[in-house]
Amino acid sequence: MRGATRATWAVASAVAVALTATGCGGGGDGGGGGGGGSDEGVVRAFWTDPQNPVEPANTNEVQGGKVLDMTFRGLKRYNPETAKAENAMAQSIDTTDQQNFTVKLKPGWKFSDGTPVTANSFVDAWNYGALLTNKQINSYFFEYIEGYDKVHPEKGKPKAKKLSGLKVKDKNTFTVKLNQKFSLWPETLGYSAYAPLPKAFFKDRDAWLKKPIGNGPYKVDSYTKGQSMKLSRNKHYAGPDKPKNKGVELKVYTDQNTGYTDLQAGNLDVVDELPAGQLKNAKKDLDGRYINQPAGILQTISFPLYDKDWKGEKAEQIRRGLSMAIDREKVTEKIYHGTREPATDLTSPVLGPAGGYKQGLCGETCEYDPKKAKKMIEDAGGLPGGKITITSNVDTGSHRQWMEAVCNSINDTLGKNSACSVNPVPTFGEFRSDVTNKKMKGLFRTGWQMDYPLIQNFLQPLYYTDASSNDSHYSNKQVDKLMDEANESEEGAAIAKFQQAQKIILDEMPAIPLWYQNGNAGYSDRVSGVKLNPFSVPVFTDIKVK
Amino acid sequence: MGRYVIRRLLQMIPVFIGTTFLIFVMVYAVGDPVNAMFGDRAPDPATAAQLRHEFNLDKPVWQQYLLYMGKIFTGDFGNAFNGQPVIELIGNAFPITVRLAIVAIVFEIVIGLTLGVITGLRRGRPIDTGVLMLSLVVISIPTFVTGTVGQYLFGVKWGWIRPAVSPEAPVGELIFPGLVLALVSLAYVTRLTRTSIAENARADYVRTAVAKGLPRRRVTVRHLLRNSLIPVVTFLGTDVGNLMAGALVTERIFNIQGVGFQLWQGIVRQNSPTVVGFVTILVIVFLLANLLVDLLYAVLDPRIRYD
Repeated sequence: MRGATRATWAVASAVAVALTATGCGGGGDGGGGGGGGSDEGVVRAFWTDPQNPVEPANTNEVQGGKVLDMTFRGLKRYNPETAKAENAMAQSIDTTDQQNFTVKLKPGWKFSDGTPVTANSFVDAWNYGALLTNKQINSYFFEYIEGYDKVHPEKGKPKAKKLSGLKVKDKNTFTVKLNQKFSLWPETLGYSAYAPLPKAFFKDRDAWLKKPIGNGPYKVDSYTKGQSMKLSRNKHYAGPDKPKNKGVELKVYTDQNTGYTDLQAGNLDVVDELPAGQLKNAKKDLDGRYINQPAGILQTISFPLYDKDWKGEKAEQIRRGLSMAIDREKVTEKIYHGTREPATDLTSPVLGPAGGYKQGLCGETCEYDPKKAKKMIEDAGGLPGGKITITSNVDTGSHRQWMEAVCNSINDTLGKNSACSVNPVPTFGEFRSDVTNKKMKGLFRTGWQMDYPLIQNFLQPLYYTDASSNDSHYSNKQVDKLMDEANESEEGAAIAKFQQAQKIILDEMPAIPLWYQNGNAGYSDRVSGVKLNPFSVPVFTDIKVK
Repeated sequence: MGRYVIRRLLQMIPVFIGTTFLIFVMVYAVGDPVNAMFGDRAPDPATAAQLRHEFNLDKPVWQQYLLYMGKIFTGDFGNAFNGQPVIELIGNAFPITVRLAIVAIVFEIVIGLTLGVITGLRRGRPIDTGVLMLSLVVISIPTFVTGTVGQYLFGVKWGWIRPAVSPEAPVGELIFPGLVLALVSLAYVTRLTRTSIAENARADYVRTAVAKGLPRRRVTVRHLLRNSLIPVVTFLGTDVGNLMAGALVTERIFNIQGVGFQLWQGIVRQNSPTVVGFVTILVIVFLLANLLVDLLYAVLDPRIRYD
């Protein structure tokens, strides 16, 4: 019995330690659940943990972008409804040669810590974002500024710390010299990577990241990583779009479905990521408090033009034939319940006709015509090797479903069950490595989410020779020339040139346009005035709480 | 006894090294996490190279492992890619999951044992058949079904509970998720206890105890139950580890930011420091829970000795 007694003691003490270690925390936090009083006038919104630290030049996804949109204003801002770039902090951005720009700031703007926003706030922030050793994911936004190759060389250490193209003239003026003519450049400045940074950032970056300080309509009150961020009105905000609510609480959800359930239960006001499975019922479930509008996202499937099977005129005819073999209407209807629109060009409806979106530019090549498609493919000698595959990662979204649907459509057209098959890759990282290393043999998924609502952004990074995201390795001298010319001409003429280039690309079809993706959101009956901006981020300043 | 514990603790070292190495290699083999950080866009090679250097991804895998293990022994579990130290994630997530697991275990013990004893003593009666049928139903319904249906009914339709647990996850909010998490194991505990009790109820020592005129309650609790508990304790011991690692589904349904969720996010984002860090701790939990079970045997049955 002696042994037993000692064992009892050992077990009992172990359990006691475990209980004090964990139970204690539970008791102390008991009050966290309630607290309804302080929520008054505050919008409670869905959030997921941003993948990277929230800083302007290091955030490239919607969740971090949401915070930046509330806490920062750059030189320009994209109008939430028309997507047009309008002056925000900029008084004027002037140029005579499309290459040298003079930027004048509106005076009197302040960061939420009370320090003034000056020309230096911008220049220092841009220099920081461009410098290679700062490892900022959005560095490439500064690639058009002169001196970028010095601070961000492709290999080796940076040879300079600052962009030679940026010069501060006085407190509210600075000049920018680009390394090429780029007439639409001022229109790109609405992206959050170009936001100004306060002195506090450069003094103590770690502290700043824990509680970002910006010049936008909201200021960050508290930020608990992985849990929530509380924002309230920035009393120093000098812009016209002052918040119509008392603040915003971003709550981290681990699963979209839970966010949706909490919205239905009345514990959450705005959910901008609706689970795919609920799209069918969302409008009914939420009594019409549901938004479905174009976002700047285009889904395409690309061809590996570096593979000999996909080179030459015959292959071009097959590419066009395949495009006509896909029943886009049916796939978007059955799988996406109208949250995707069949694509008829390579841009997005968010640009609007004035911004360069041209419905039907692709012509009959993007229309479903099984008879003609079959004839075109057979005339060109059939599919290379008799069959094709479509490759994509299948860990997110509903990629597997739509790829199977597209394959079925192609198989039906050709009357052959094994003509097209899906080649799933487990993770996104692996898929991207394969694409980057030119390992694709057949068709592969390519998607494009715009950086800024400009036709240039839908074409140049994707189809210019050796451009950063030219995954199909498409190259056409005439297209390159048209894009160069477009960048040298005034805005209206530039858009026409880009459309000309786009027409050539569509004829050669290095990528098949599939559909335009919409942004979706649902909201509670406690709030009104909810809308999404062109990047599918809710416009929080306009939301009113009842 | 002391020597036994020390021997067991020493045995944990090779197991620990082996498991962490396997996990490390597996996470490494999945692909390049830096690519995934850039979204749908080809990463700018210079920035990607800098990031790979920062996370030691440019070195061979064995060297990465050694660097990682070297740091672990100084208490540094590395940083998640969003800059948050993994040790901080562990510090936030484990208390929550342990709390959830304790709630679940309490349900298992209280409800499972009670039902098991009752049905074991009333073999063949309607209550026995009823509970048996019920446990069969519970075992055959997957957790995500009970979880989401329960969440919708109690949280949205009737409004009795909050569908999502707040980040602090106080015990009060964990009761329903804990019950959902416990359900399947609870059914197993009931069945195990029932069989064990039914078997021992016919044993000689029980008859002797009854013949001596001991009160019925004392016979059941002190003699019958104590001797029937060994298989149940074995099950509960391994279940502690399972509840912590396997709470993923329940944690995602109820928005509980515990171990399962962090692991899942680490895997999706291919964040090896997070995954290996959490699995390392889980391995330790499994090993300790098993040791605890072995020690409990001695308490329950004095005939078992370790020296």
